[in-house]
Amino acid sequence: MELGTFLVQCLNAVQYGLLLFLVASGLTLIFGIMGVINLAHGSFYMLGAYMAFALAPLFGDQFIVMLLAGVVLAAVFGYLLEWAFFSYLYQRDHLQQVLMTYGLILMFEEVRSILVGNDVHGVKAPPWLEGSFALGDLMSYPWYRLFASAACIVLAAALYFVVNRTRLGMMIRAGGSNRDMVRGLGIDIRKLYRIVFAAGVALAALAGMIAAPMSSVYPGMGASVLIVCFVVVVIGGIGSITGALVASLLVGFVDTFGKVLFAEVSGMGIYVLMAIVLIWRPEGLMGRRA
Amino acid sequence: MTPRFTCAARATFTALTLACIATLGHAQQAKLKVGLMLPYSGTYTALGVAIENGFKLRVEEQGGKLGGREIEYVKVDDESDPSKATDNVNKLIKRDNVDVIVGTVHSGVAMAMAKAAKESGTILIVPNAGADAVTGPMCAPNIFRSSFTNWQPAYAMGEVAARQEKKKKAITITWKYAAGDEAVNGFKEGFEKNGGQVSKQLNVPFPNVEFQALLTEIAAAKPDAVFAFFAGGGAVKFVKDYAAAGLNKTIPLYGPGFLTDGTLDAQGDAAQGILTALHYADGLNTPRDTSFRTAYAKMFKLQPDVYAVQGYDAAQMLGIGLAAVKGDISKKAEFAAAIEKTKIDSPRGAFSISKSHNPVQDIYLRKVEGKENKMISIASKALADPARGCRM
Repeated sequence: MELGTFLVQCLNAVQYGLLLFLVASGLTLIFGIMGVINLAHGSFYMLGAYMAFALAPLFGDQFIVMLLAGVVLAAVFGYLLEWAFFSYLYQRDHLQQVLMTYGLILMFEEVRSILVGNDVHGVKAPPWLEGSFALGDLMSYPWYRLFASAACIVLAAALYFVVNRTRLGMMIRAGGSNRDMVRGLGIDIRKLYRIVFAAGVALAALAGMIAAPMSSVYPGMGASVLIVCFVVVVIGGIGSITGALVASLLVGFVDTFGKVLFAEVSGMGIYVLMAIVLIWRPEGLMGRRA
Repeated sequence: MTPRFTCAARATFTALTLACIATLGHAQQAKLKVGLMLPYSGTYTALGVAIENGFKLRVEEQGGKLGGREIEYVKVDDESDPSKATDNVNKLIKRDNVDVIVGTVHSGVAMAMAKAAKESGTILIVPNAGADAVTGPMCAPNIFRSSFTNWQPAYAMGEVAARQEKKKKAITITWKYAAGDEAVNGFKEGFEKNGGQVSKQLNVPFPNVEFQALLTEIAAAKPDAVFAFFAGGGAVKFVKDYAAAGLNKTIPLYGPGFLTDGTLDAQGDAAQGILTALHYADGLNTPRDTSFRTAYAKMFKLQPDVYAVQGYDAAQMLGIGLAAVKGDISKKAEFAAAIEKTKIDSPRGAFSISKSHNPVQDIYLRKVEGKENKMISIASKALADPARGCRM
């Protein structure tokens, strides 16, 4: 592989990995802190993509304003969803959570089908992000994908800061390791859960909105991303944000280079990676030993 | 016998006779149940709808009847999901007791349908899926296809790319599933027989549409040409990404017609100039095609595409078979013999059905101009699939 190609493939891998991270971080937070297995998390990614499809024509040039508006909408939606459904799930066992959230997937898919139909749609990148960035003859890379990566890096940094450096983050981390202790300290755990859940939904939806111009908008897109995200969460260790970041990037590289170098068996790559990690560290790369 | 009794007897007799006639008449006109198993969701939705429209157009033209029998439809969404295919097709055969199955688009699903049809003896007409095996190793007296094999247009495109376009080195790219594999292998066969060489075969899992890593790879390898097999929403995405990466300016993109059929509205400028090979094209301008297109546009307020033609011809083939057996679909041998003998008067141009029950047809070379796949020449005249592995 030539140097230029190699660099571009690395950018592809990082971009894909970071996007996965946005979805997987919400998944791992919701599971790690509230103990809810949320199969419907992929639907929030799909929701984001369809929001981009619906909003992009209204906002035109103002792509970033659209992203912000979408995040607010998604967070409100997440807050309501927690209040209406998920708040009843914390005391239930995992089987009931899986059944309930699977039911939600079916419901979301049906609503989507009624509202926008089953066609595949494309979303246009904003005009100011069209074209490619060129580095001499060495390589060129689409502006939009650079923007997507940059946006994800900003978000990942913000998330890291919130979780590891703020009071809210401290409560979140504490809630993850010992729920009773947090409750005992007089923290309103219900409110904390609601905020974390809304943030998880917003992150997944934001990933969907950012991905829309790159990977089209289609029925069932939530399910395919969900499977990969569970792989990421398992590799990274449940509940660990840093683990999710490392695992997302690993998956991004394995998937991208697998496609290119081992075309015939590329679909297997990330599962092989997961198997290897699980043999080596059953609790995941950054997971706590049980 | 009193006249009064005679009168009552006569009335009873008449009533009975009338009842008998009514029952008889009803028996003759029992509706023929056609099971439509097509994608009504997912990346192939538009294709499934076009096939159904085409089929219904032909039935409407015949006054709602084929071979004297009224048609009743039972619909199943196959979701283009091979893992649900056996269940879905068995629902039609066992629960709904359909007389004929028409379907589908996805080759993997069609394979499961062919297997079920072979076991149950139900007549199956495949209006799209090009899986070579359906009319190859899986071929059977009760299985027919109104479309193509994946090999056919791809092989013709390979010949044209090497002979006419003088390309030497090509890369193929497709979804990793039966149809994709068969198409790229067909291209490879036609291309390499005529002196070209396929240097690399790339693929992504179906229905994945994240092509960026592979496009980077193509840009780096700088082949003379790229042959791509994608359809529906995936084709839109691929052609747009190919153009967005700037590759359309330096490396010509070829494909079987599915790459640009029914998708040109969405592909827009990105598709201009792409050469594809298929058994149908815009601008054929034959009276048969024109009347078909007018009728279709009138009935559905839509322009027909190759999928509509295939649906239409599926109904034509069913009509020919039914006419020969006077509506009695249980006479399978005569049904098949009638279809094998005729030339089907298709909007695509007349074609016959091979011994393995696949169309023997002209493959057109087409070029995207505006929103049309304009016919520019015949890439291969009356091309028959080699039907490798068919014993019938």
